[in-house]
Amino acid sequence: MKEKMIKFIKRYRIFFLLLIINTAVLVIFPNLGKKAFQLTGSNLLEMLSVLPPIFILLGLLDVWVKRETMIKYMGDNSGIIGVLLAFFLGSAAAGPLYAAFPVAGVLLKKGSKLSNVFIMLGAWSTTKIPLILFEASSLGLKFMLIRLVMDIVGIAVIAYITEKALSTNDKNEIYQKALKENKH
Amino acid sequence: MTIALYVIAFSALTVSFFKSREKTLLALKKAWKSFENILPQFLSILIIIGMMLAILTPEQISKLLGSESGWYGVLIAAVIGSITLIPGFVAFPLAAALLKSGAGYMQIAAFISTLMMVGIVTMPVEISYFGKKATIVRNVAAFGFSFIVALVMGVLL
Repeated sequence: MKEKMIKFIKRYRIFFLLLIINTAVLVIFPNLGKKAFQLTGSNLLEMLSVLPPIFILLGLLDVWVKRETMIKYMGDNSGIIGVLLAFFLGSAAAGPLYAAFPVAGVLLKKGSKLSNVFIMLGAWSTTKIPLILFEASSLGLKFMLIRLVMDIVGIAVIAYITEKALSTNDKNEIYQKALKENKH
Repeated sequence: MTIALYVIAFSALTVSFFKSREKTLLALKKAWKSFENILPQFLSILIIIGMMLAILTPEQISKLLGSESGWYGVLIAAVIGSITLIPGFVAFPLAAALLKSGAGYMQIAAFISTLMMVGIVTMPVEISYFGKKATIVRNVAAFGFSFIVALVMGVLL
């Protein structure tokens, strides 16, 4: 029990520290601190509203999709299908980019090609369908279209560069991390 | 979109439950574990974002990003976009408001691009999944890419 408590405090120590800092700000600069807490609160609500379905789908994916299936469709020899699937997965998602990292972890664990995972991340960050529609309505169709076309190219290029920058060793380490991350 | 996601997740869960109770339970357990795994980092990020946005108000951002600010403004926009994390549904109206109050298209394009693709605050999370090297290369490449987007926007708009 005591050990569990220590582990809990250790994992959340940065969060507690930030909470203390923000509380100190609240005492010294009430307006600023109050605003910060309000912003954190509304962001927290947004996060909690969007994350449950993502993590449920993640759990189902982990349990039901066989490694062989993932390798076939998103693995090293998946070709254009893997690329398109990665674009689709990222674009159909909701939620901030940091919610995409656990998804990336499971894809890696199941044997998806690294560059496809980077494409999924890129799509998740900028070509999300509801966001694109929203962008067009607030910044204009032309602005949105130029950015969309550039982003599709950019995402692929960034994924390619990132994968090329990594040695075989680096890549193995990333796959090892994904296996470990999802075990406990 | 969020509602659609809930419908999909719930349908998938129902189908899964009829196919195998044990596997569905296992899936839910895994879902909770991977969520709890990343929760401390999520919470920390949320507080950092809250404090940052409380200090850096839209009025201040718009002062820095006027259309006469040129490449210097683009650089500032890219840096602000990299360190802040604003949800898209807040960012686009903000960008539209910034344009109205005098910010340039190039600066806004750089801001939106880095906002979405570069994440300084979330780097520790990214590193825990991809390691230092991949994280740095991806973020630097995305940062550089944002300038290309800004340049093209400047030419076309």
